[in-house]
Amino acid sequence: MIEVKNINKSFGKKQILHDVSISFLRGKINLIIGASGSGKSVLTKCIVGLHEIDSGSVEYDGRNFSIMNFKQRKAVRKEIGMLFQGSALFDSLTVEENVKFPMEMYTKQSEEEILERVNFCLKRVQLENANHLYPAELSGGMQKRAALARAIALNPKYLFCDEPNSGLDPQTGIVIDNLIQEITHEYDMTTIVITHDMNSVMETGENISFIHQGNIWWTGNKEDILKTDNKELNEFVYSSKIMQKFKGL
Amino acid sequence: MVFHYVNIKNADDLYFRSSVRNIYFYILLTYMLKAFHHIGKYFLLLARVFKKPDNYKLYGRQTINEMVSLGLGSLGLISIISLFMGAVVTLQTVAAIDSPLIPLYTVGYATRQSFILELAPTIMCLILAGKIGSNISSEIGTMRITEQIDALEIMGVNSASYLIFPKIVAALFTIPMIVVYSMFLGLVGGWVVGLYSGMLTVEDYLYGIRWDFKTFDVIYALIKTLFFAFIITSIPSYHGYYTRGGALEIGKSSTKSVVYSSISILVINYILTQLLLI
Ligand SMILES: Nc1ncnc2c1ncn2[C@@H]1O[C@H](COP(=O)(O)OP(=O)(O)OP(=O)(O)O)[C@@H](O)[C@H]1O
Ligand SMILES: [Mg+2]
Repeated sequence: MIEVKNINKSFGKKQILHDVSISFLRGKINLIIGASGSGKSVLTKCIVGLHEIDSGSVEYDGRNFSIMNFKQRKAVRKEIGMLFQGSALFDSLTVEENVKFPMEMYTKQSEEEILERVNFCLKRVQLENANHLYPAELSGGMQKRAALARAIALNPKYLFCDEPNSGLDPQTGIVIDNLIQEITHEYDMTTIVITHDMNSVMETGENISFIHQGNIWWTGNKEDILKTDNKELNEFVYSSKIMQKFKGL
Repeated sequence: MVFHYVNIKNADDLYFRSSVRNIYFYILLTYMLKAFHHIGKYFLLLARVFKKPDNYKLYGRQTINEMVSLGLGSLGLISIISLFMGAVVTLQTVAAIDSPLIPLYTVGYATRQSFILELAPTIMCLILAGKIGSNISSEIGTMRITEQIDALEIMGVNSASYLIFPKIVAALFTIPMIVVYSMFLGLVGGWVVGLYSGMLTVEDYLYGIRWDFKTFDVIYALIKTLFFAFIITSIPSYHGYYTRGGALEIGKSSTKSVVYSSISILVINYILTQLLLI
């Protein structure tokens, strides 16, 4: 479980996050939804410590991450897997080497064991024949999947996915959603998924937070989201004219 | 705007500042403060670079890769430049000697001294600062803006050390070798002039390049080279590592890194020459 308490974050004079508090539950898919530019990526980066927060605290299963030094943070980070919005694969390494990288860095496994694990991860994201391709040779969606394989390589306790299925066709998108769901339940991970995609919200949403202009505007589950009368949330969910008419907005 | 760093304290201060002559002083002060800011940040980065590596095997592999790309990648350019510069220096020295009292072997001597003392270490490192420097800074800069450095940090890897340390080590090994190679090729360039120009004989030239040889000159050149190798890799790494923004900024930081590493090489060259040779 990750607990975020009252965090604020500004870049220069521009405040992005306003007093944000959320709990992310263990063994559940925790969704963060919100419009483009509302601060979703910044929030996750604050949680994992890529941006220093101005105030507030982040606790990983009771361990206060915000006050840790570099070494203590490192120990926590080894338990974190993260899929970046732009994939962030290492360009100079092949897909296989990318997925291998965290394992080679931190485990004492033999070459064969590592390779077996790499192939297992790649198979789960349906990238069996891409082992020796470089990121530049992959499509955007394939890069996303390779990056997800890298994020889950070390069996993280905490998994962050920034828009895992943007750029994927609906079918592959659902495969990835299902994969994230499966491994979350299988390994009892605390998973945080940022998404725009209402399909995956309705498919996987267990604990949903709607973020609006840097504030947590609404939290609930997927049944609640259909019944809510929160104006901004409804505008976000029913974005097309026809759906708005349907809902009677 | 220029006064950004200085607070107004009293009327005297205001008067002092308003006088046109002092504007230069404030401009200088602003630049100096900026420079100190960067120098401090640079040394803080270096402190992170020289932390204990997480995994010696990966660092070793990375160092070998860097040696290949820094070393082998520069050989072609350095060969061409050294051969031609050696030839031109020899030709110019021959052309400059018109008194029969000066023996022709001094041509070989002059070529050798200029190559060993300055051309091979300093000029070749300046050229490498352009080639390797812009390369390193755009590589690390790209990694920064495409979040690859964040990805390393998330894995708990000390990104500064993993990316920069192997480059510095590789440069400390390969660049001195490149410089020695350049000294050799420069002398070969002069020898070719001896063979084909008809202005001096090969015997004179070969005698000249061995005349009054001091091993310390080569050692001096190699000491300088070690400093330059450090500069050529660490300064561009610094600029790349702190790139912010997009593709445009990558270009800017690579230009900056070439400018600052070249200037640093020239300044350090002066200081080391003063310290070692005098
Ligand atoms: N490093 C930064 N420096 C300054 N401002 C930033 C930085 N990163 C993000 N911002 C600003 O923070 C705001 C929120 O950005 P963020 O990337 O979190 O949006 P998002 O919710 O992830 O949107 P999207 O769905 O499009 O990815 C934006 O207005 C952006 O301009
Ligand atoms: Mg985002």
